[in-house]
Amino acid sequence: MLKGRHLTEPGDFTLEELDEVFDLADDIIEHEEDYLDAAHGKLLATLFYEPSTRTRFSFEAAMLRLGGQVIGFSDPKASSAAKGESLTDTVRTVSCYADAAVLRHPREGTAHLVAKTITDMPIINAGDGGHEHPTQTLTDLLTIRHELGSCDNKVVGVCGDLLFGRTIHSLVKTLNRYSGNKFVFISPKELCMPEHIKAHLAPDSYVETDSLDDVIGDLDILYMSRVQRERFVSEEEYIRLKDYYILDHNKMKHARPDMIVMHPLPRVNEIAVEVDKDPRAKYFDQAKYGMYVRMALLSKLMGVENNVKRSEA
Amino acid sequence: MLNVAKLKKGIVIDHINAGKGFDIYKELHLNDIDDAVVLMKGLPSKKLGKKDMIKIETDVELDMDVLGLIDPDVTINYVADGELISKVKLTLPKKVTGILECKNPRCISQYEHTGPITFYLVDPKTKTYRCEYCDSYTTFRSR
Ligand SMILES: [Zn+2]
Repeated sequence: MLKGRHLTEPGDFTLEELDEVFDLADDIIEHEEDYLDAAHGKLLATLFYEPSTRTRFSFEAAMLRLGGQVIGFSDPKASSAAKGESLTDTVRTVSCYADAAVLRHPREGTAHLVAKTITDMPIINAGDGGHEHPTQTLTDLLTIRHELGSCDNKVVGVCGDLLFGRTIHSLVKTLNRYSGNKFVFISPKELCMPEHIKAHLAPDSYVETDSLDDVIGDLDILYMSRVQRERFVSEEEYIRLKDYYILDHNKMKHARPDMIVMHPLPRVNEIAVEVDKDPRAKYFDQAKYGMYVRMALLSKLMGVENNVKRSEA
Repeated sequence: MLNVAKLKKGIVIDHINAGKGFDIYKELHLNDIDDAVVLMKGLPSKKLGKKDMIKIETDVELDMDVLGLIDPDVTINYVADGELISKVKLTLPKKVTGILECKNPRCISQYEHTGPITFYLVDPKTKTYRCEYCDSYTTFRSR
């Protein structure tokens, strides 16, 4: 039963519960018009203590497409936080009139703190600093499931900044809960996968390399990531590493015909624009899956998933 | 064999690793107890070579989490009417609440009032614990 639950990290849900969300997302993709009024009369609060237009739009689009409505702020200066109100007081007040809340905050662990205090309204973590961003992971999993049929027995290549990449850490940890997945960590040694993530994995379930060319032909999934400027002290170091891997048409020639390319977006130049036309490029579809998985999640947490008007087939 | 004959009622914390006795005395605030408390250090021990020992001549509630954090190898002997009534072996606590502090400057606990923070054991060898909020690691050291 997911009604009334919080989602602060992917580990809050069992694999069965994740599948429940994905099954519903599949049905929404298939029969979107049946869900147009599912959340009629429901109100979602989007509480963004730091701006993230992409994530906020995805949640708002999801709620509006379910026939619900949205209130919220995207700038803490405009909220009562500026008057010194505590975070938990703000959310508690919001819980008096909203049916679910999406919370984004620059400090790590914020969603857990709020979820501990608020019991009568589901809280969804939409990013707490460099810590967790579970709906990004749900987006990635739905993309994989929808494009490749399941999240089991895949060879998953993750490439780029593996040291600081929160999205990648969370995806690897969650895919590791499914069965039979193997990981290929592709990065320059300065940005390699940290020990505390590898500690979750069986030693024979991953390999590390700095060469994308050597391994691209083995992969079911290639997950690219951006090297972030703010992680570097020296500009030369950033410039050297940001162009370390550029996925282009030439590299794609060595990939399998059924491999998919994913990226959490925004990209800088780690994927050449020429790859966008390749049918294996799924990073823009990912954004769409992101909205559908949020529709499914919101429906489950608010308990409105059965408010459907089945159209005659 | 532990000689408890002279102790009528109370607690003997035995097999303390040499040097940890004073940490335990401090961290458990044994100085605040009105009854007699005896800290013995550098006693010969078959098991440890040298050990410390603490006798408390009253029955107080000890904070087992703090004790387990400082020295998970100790044995606690409860004495009543001059006889040993129970013996407890400690282990490193799986989780502790309100003892450790999170040092991650990006953790919400540095900014909002969270109440006592719970930490979960990650690595018993290094006494490393994980913050319930930000998941960052903290290693216990007595102050
Ligand atoms: Zn913390």
